Amino acid sequence: MSTTTAGAPPAAVPPAARVETPFRRFVSEFAASRLALFGLVLFCIIVLVAVLAPWIAPQNPYDLAQLDIMDGRLEPGSVGGSGITYWLGTDDQGRDMLSGIMYGLRISLTVGAGSAILACLVGASLGMLAAYAGGRTDSLIMRLVDLQLSFPAILAALMILAFLGKGILNVVIALVVVEWAYYARTVRGSALVERRREYIEAAQCLALPTHRIIFRHLLPNCLPPLIVVGTMQVARAIALEATLSFLGLGVPITEPSLGLLIANGYEYMLSGKYWISFYPGIALLVTIVSINLVGDQLRDVLNPRLKK
Amino acid sequence: MSAVLEAPRAAAQGSVPIIELRGVSKRFSNPLDFAGRLVKRLGVKVREDVVHAVDGVDLSVRKGEVVGLVGESGCGKSTLGRMVAGIMPPSDGQVVWRGQDLTKLSGADAKRAKLRTQMIFQDPYASLNPRLKVAEIVGEAPQYHGLVPRGGLEAYVDDQLRRAGLDPSLKRRYPHQFSGGQRQRIGIARALAVQPDFLVCDEAVAALDVSIQAQILNLFMKLRRELDLTYLFISHDLGVVEHLSDRVVIMYLGRVVEEAPSEEVFARPNHPYTRALLAEVPRIEARKRVFAGVQGEIPSPLNPPSGCHFHPRCPFAFDRCRAERPALKQVAPGHRSACHLNDAA
Ligand SMILES: Nc1ncnc2c1ncn2[C@@H]1O[C@H](COP(=O)(O)OP(=O)(O)OP(=O)(O)O)[C@@H](O)[C@H]1O
Ligand code: SF4
Ligand SMILES: [Mg+2]
Repeated sequence: MSTTTAGAPPAAVPPAARVETPFRRFVSEFAASRLALFGLVLFCIIVLVAVLAPWIAPQNPYDLAQLDIMDGRLEPGSVGGSGITYWLGTDDQGRDMLSGIMYGLRISLTVGAGSAILACLVGASLGMLAAYAGGRTDSLIMRLVDLQLSFPAILAALMILAFLGKGILNVVIALVVVEWAYYARTVRGSALVERRREYIEAAQCLALPTHRIIFRHLLPNCLPPLIVVGTMQVARAIALEATLSFLGLGVPITEPSLGLLIANGYEYMLSGKYWISFYPGIALLVTIVSINLVGDQLRDVLNPRLKK
Repeated sequence: MSAVLEAPRAAAQGSVPIIELRGVSKRFSNPLDFAGRLVKRLGVKVREDVVHAVDGVDLSVRKGEVVGLVGESGCGKSTLGRMVAGIMPPSDGQVVWRGQDLTKLSGADAKRAKLRTQMIFQDPYASLNPRLKVAEIVGEAPQYHGLVPRGGLEAYVDDQLRRAGLDPSLKRRYPHQFSGGQRQRIGIARALAVQPDFLVCDEAVAALDVSIQAQILNLFMKLRRELDLTYLFISHDLGVVEHLSDRVVIMYLGRVVEEAPSEEVFARPNHPYTRALLAEVPRIEARKRVFAGVQGEIPSPLNPPSGCHFHPRCPFAFDRCRAERPALKQVAPGHRSACHLNDAA
């Protein structure tokens, strides 16, 4: 469509005609909720911290040479042997909790977003196929979806990991397997509604090829519910990953995610060394809550049934 | 408005059919769900719901003609229109486009045939993709099909919009920024942009205000003269059809019950259903004849009445009507009707 957007004399558009794009409308409606904006800002800060961790963290918690076992289980605010201040204390291996949380966020967010994107690609394609093809293809895909959704996610993920073994990639695979069904069901639902609308018939009349109708006309109109589900599923994936790691089946012990940090400190909770579990727990909670705040507002703004 | 219509009418007579339906039917079936299939396995008699949306229709439209297709809601007008436009294959019968079976065409031929027939839709809100700008809506197909030279798309789109009565400077806007009438013009510009010679207008003005309706109808007639277009004009409103059509086809529950030149239908309606419909047309000059109106409910298309579909509502029904489907027979030159009363006379 480059030719349609390029080369128009600007004078042809009267200055009064400020184009209200669907995107601008969406932004202003989203910003109407202070709480959602707060969630978004919080989430952006968390992402920034995670991305910049190698540069801003006091310590590289994965580099065993930097860890001093003598500094193990120090209270928040203690100064270690090498002169470094542990603002959030240390764990049993002398790892700075603040650095551990920053790096742990990196892993949690990567796993969460990565699995959500992959699950979305798989699920949305299958859902679109089910809606457009109908018949047996539809039945087959939807039976798989039902099967998947009726099985407890954590149990399915545990079984997959028990089979595949630990590792970040394996966790992502397990999460994709347990999450694609949500995307498939969502996309199929909205595609079934959208494909009956007359602009799809018009596109067929114009002899546009099927893949163009699906990806240029149908899919963009199915995106809003998909974005909502996607946001919520990122939060869910992060929580699931934390659970799996907590249970010892997730990421490897050498590169702890938030869930594994919590698990590591769990045994010391009762002996008063709360910080080893507590602060990673807070980080996890804040991350999930901020994503859900954004997701809730997205659902309100993008859900046409709630509008006028 | 009627003065506009006189000129092309003579030209329409006797030319070749642009589209011809031969015994076309369309059935929709609701496939049984899992539970349904299960009880069927167990030997319980379960009927699959089959809707005969269109049932054995013969119809031809000649070049330059405006054919009005009339019938109550759910009688299969839109389904027939979709089959004519080539976006829905018939279950039975043939759709013949300029002498070629539409379903047997493939590749470039099928594409050309499809482009030459375009549809104008009822709902000016649902018929435009809300995520595309007007310029994209109108320009996409001509660009994709290579109907415009490189770099010429801007001017081409402007021409289409102007011809449909829209200001081209609005083309960077999105559909939701236009009124219903303007949106309908966008839909018309989109259809004309692929250079069709046949338009299927499916209730194209039904959703508009009366004053806007007249503007859009006038636009259709202007375009007809300028571009030598042929129309299949679908409506549930005989009054609108009377103004535009050379020929009127009346449908009832998937079947054509009467077909005649426009003046003939209004002056000498033959079929009892047509006569009942005519009683519903609001008229300025009071008619002497008063009809009973269409009495009773429209029967379910899932379970249509036997014989003549109209018999439960027909004031003249007799035994044969319940048993035998009346054939469409000529009652006057160019005037056909499907009613057993014509045999008795
Ligand atoms: N895709 C479909 N699947 C199943 N049934 C359908 C489908 N399309 C139409 N029908 C059924 O076929 C019958 C005819 O529908 P159609 O839309 O052609 O009627 P219509 O004359 O255009 O009615 P209206 O004036 O309300 O637009 C209806 O009973 C309808 O329920
Ligand atoms: S065939 Fe019989 S029932 Fe049908 S319209 Fe004629 S008289 Fe009425
Ligand atoms: Mg219809």
